[in-house]
Amino acid sequence: MADLYISDEMADDAEIAAVDAALGGRFVVVRESERFVRAGTSKRHDHRHLLLPALHALQNAKGWISPGGLNHVCETLQVPPAEAYGVATFYDLFRTDEPTQAGDVTHVCVDAACQIAGSGKRIAALRAQSINVHESPCLGQCERANASTGEVAEFVQGVGGPDRVEADERPYELFHQKGDESLRLLKRIGVVDPTSLASYRAHGGYDALTAAMAMGADAVCTAVADSGLSGRGGAAFPTGIKWRAVAAEQGRPKHVVANCDESEPGTFKDRVVMENDPFAVIEALTIAGFATGAENGWIYIRGEYPLATARLQNAINQALEAGLLGDDAAGSGHRFTIEIRRGAGAYICGEETALFASLEGFRGEPRSKPPFPTTHGLFQEPTAINNPETLLNVLDIVQIGADGYRSRGTDRSPGTKLLCLSGRVARPGVYEVEFGTTLGEVLELAGGLTGSGELRAVLMGGAAGSFVDGSYLDMPITLEHARERGTTLGSGVVMAFTDEIDMVDILVRISQFFRDESCGQCVPCRIGCVRQHETMVVLQQKGSLTPDRRQLVDDISQVMVDASICGFGHTATNAINSAIELGIVPGVPS
Amino acid sequence: MTATFETPIETTVSLTIDGKIVEVPAGTSIHKACESAGIDTPTLCWAENLTPVSVCRVCVVEVEGQRALAPSCARAAEEDMVVETDSDRVRHSRKMVLEFLGSGVDLDQAPELQKWMEHYGSDTSRYDQYELPALKMGEAPKIQDNLYIRDYDRCVLCYKCVEACGDDAQHTYAIAVSGRGFDARISTEFDVTLPDSACVYCGNCIAVCPTGAIQFKTEYDLRGADNWRPDEQEVTRTVCSYCGVGCNLELHTQDDKIVKVTSPADHSVTSGMLCIKGRFGWQYVQPLDAPTRKH
Repeated sequence: MADLYISDEMADDAEIAAVDAALGGRFVVVRESERFVRAGTSKRHDHRHLLLPALHALQNAKGWISPGGLNHVCETLQVPPAEAYGVATFYDLFRTDEPTQAGDVTHVCVDAACQIAGSGKRIAALRAQSINVHESPCLGQCERANASTGEVAEFVQGVGGPDRVEADERPYELFHQKGDESLRLLKRIGVVDPTSLASYRAHGGYDALTAAMAMGADAVCTAVADSGLSGRGGAAFPTGIKWRAVAAEQGRPKHVVANCDESEPGTFKDRVVMENDPFAVIEALTIAGFATGAENGWIYIRGEYPLATARLQNAINQALEAGLLGDDAAGSGHRFTIEIRRGAGAYICGEETALFASLEGFRGEPRSKPPFPTTHGLFQEPTAINNPETLLNVLDIVQIGADGYRSRGTDRSPGTKLLCLSGRVARPGVYEVEFGTTLGEVLELAGGLTGSGELRAVLMGGAAGSFVDGSYLDMPITLEHARERGTTLGSGVVMAFTDEIDMVDILVRISQFFRDESCGQCVPCRIGCVRQHETMVVLQQKGSLTPDRRQLVDDISQVMVDASICGFGHTATNAINSAIELGIVPGVPS
Repeated sequence: MTATFETPIETTVSLTIDGKIVEVPAGTSIHKACESAGIDTPTLCWAENLTPVSVCRVCVVEVEGQRALAPSCARAAEEDMVVETDSDRVRHSRKMVLEFLGSGVDLDQAPELQKWMEHYGSDTSRYDQYELPALKMGEAPKIQDNLYIRDYDRCVLCYKCVEACGDDAQHTYAIAVSGRGFDARISTEFDVTLPDSACVYCGNCIAVCPTGAIQFKTEYDLRGADNWRPDEQEVTRTVCSYCGVGCNLELHTQDDKIVKVTSPADHSVTSGMLCIKGRFGWQYVQPLDAPTRKH
């Protein structure tokens, strides 16, 4: 192993202090003799996962990552500067050029829900006050977007102070099912004190872990498999199969990861859960660790969720103090700890293998599957990865049993589903509904349409999902009905558009989103997303597409679906294709 | 201490490729299996001496029962696998990947790719037909020393140079992929010049570059003068004279002057990789602008 070449640029005291505080004394000492042997190499690899927290510290200290600051991190963690720079430039929340305007940066969402609520006006107003604005992809606060008040999602990235969401300083009043006794996953939202373990316990908290330990790890896996629970992030993979596969792996460290990188445009359900019932996520992840035999729990949460991050960290601290986490977690004789990692603004890091790469301190580029995470996940070790909603279902399953769980929903889609209602509905917010409820009933639950127009389309499952029209209002919300009718539930997005909205503007923005968020690793996605966006811009300019351009839309879509590495490329053309098929794009024959 | 080594028992798998039964050792990639069946597969990011990264997707094949196409360079052949290398979907994907590349990157110096583009009927011009020109790499050549240049207008982001600079050969880590999406570029930290970076001028990035994005300054200058004549060049294999390792060199000469140096990718000592001395230290053979000796 050759010595690292590090230039003469030096970090200043503020940068050094910030990085040292973030690393908490963990750094790599590679003695000269070790550099040439395996030990030096593996020591470096062991600490590489601290790169992301160190970069966050630099960004927060100065508002950008300076050459001197990066050098300090590279020397401390023994990471080659070119690689660290490659990581830093991958993320939207990191800057590697000195900002012309110092101080905090206000990120304003420009994706669909906020776009139709008037984020353009809001940005203009903020800029008129000389506020430093960054146009951001979906910030996961779509229920706050309100066309009549002009409120849109915002997130303030602090310099020298903490990141914050100003709306979080007000009490949360956008949960409309509070106290509804039929709720399973959201029953504690608005009821429990999210900062108190005692309050959580008073509302039935940690009864599930007790039940799971009484059942034994194997029986928990069996119950989860028998319940028919499938992943709620969009891919709907059976959770029981995933857990069983990890439980069967022996002899290597194992991990359970909560995928809290909720970034699909239109999705905010996990944020509401994490902010208002954080102990439930911790308890469910502990059960996952117990059931799979994993000692290491990780929470990878998107960087734009400061309140959820703080609440989860507080919950972890209290659980540690109460002995519910640690060397003998909850008296199970089993060691289990949880570490939180913040993302830094990259939609792709919600893809599981990209999430692993990001957490490990590399660029958030997805890896080819096979091999799958259950054998080669985080650090190439067996890993079960689930999102908070999926994990929450397990609390119910271990307490009421697989049969009890299956009494809700349909045979092929048992249980309940969290839906994120936004767009032109009267009461946007997260709603828990039994599988089998129709789309029309769901829209009614959210108070029906608002504004003056008629229903034009509903975006199902987010930007990676698809548009449906009024003929789908009778469709039961289940995995099987969605598949049968050529749409998807995705991450639970239900975003309503009325005919007063220009759909071409929406499609241009969706294609811009994918263009901005593609990691750039594989050719079909890196270039295909750009070409798709260019086609939509031409459509917007000319009002129609010529037959050759129309053919191009299909050609681009097919290669991205067939040949991209990951689900991002496979789904990045769905929304546009579905809008064309529905005939809601003027000037483009379906 | 004595050690015993068990000889692994070689097992084979048999699969069907384009209707033909092919038998290959277990662990062989589909790409190699195709090769053994006499089927030519286009590749770009794959090389014999590098770990497959499977990012270019030009070698994709259709594997029966799988929804997406598979990168043949990285996917291992399995027993009873049924592979199609010339189906409509495969032809479409290969055509489009090449077309996408051609629409944004200068592929003038990648004859192999041009051959395949012709084969699959890629039409790169169809992206520019409106007043909105298709986005291109748009990079000017970086000429920072007399040894080699980087012309990222020709870069297809195959990651080969990064691999050769890093874990697969040199362990220098002077360059990495930076940025994201279409803005991704191969770069040093903060885009500092090569002399200011960790670069040790082994030139292994030049050796693996498939499109001429990284090339010898000598080649770049000759091309600029419209005097690069590869058909007339002579290649002489010899052994590097600097140390005792025994690296084989291939001296490419034009008009009796060395214009570039490579090493055979299958050479047991180098695997195609050299150090600065072998790659660039040949001036003593032909002093530049040496005064003619007068007797």
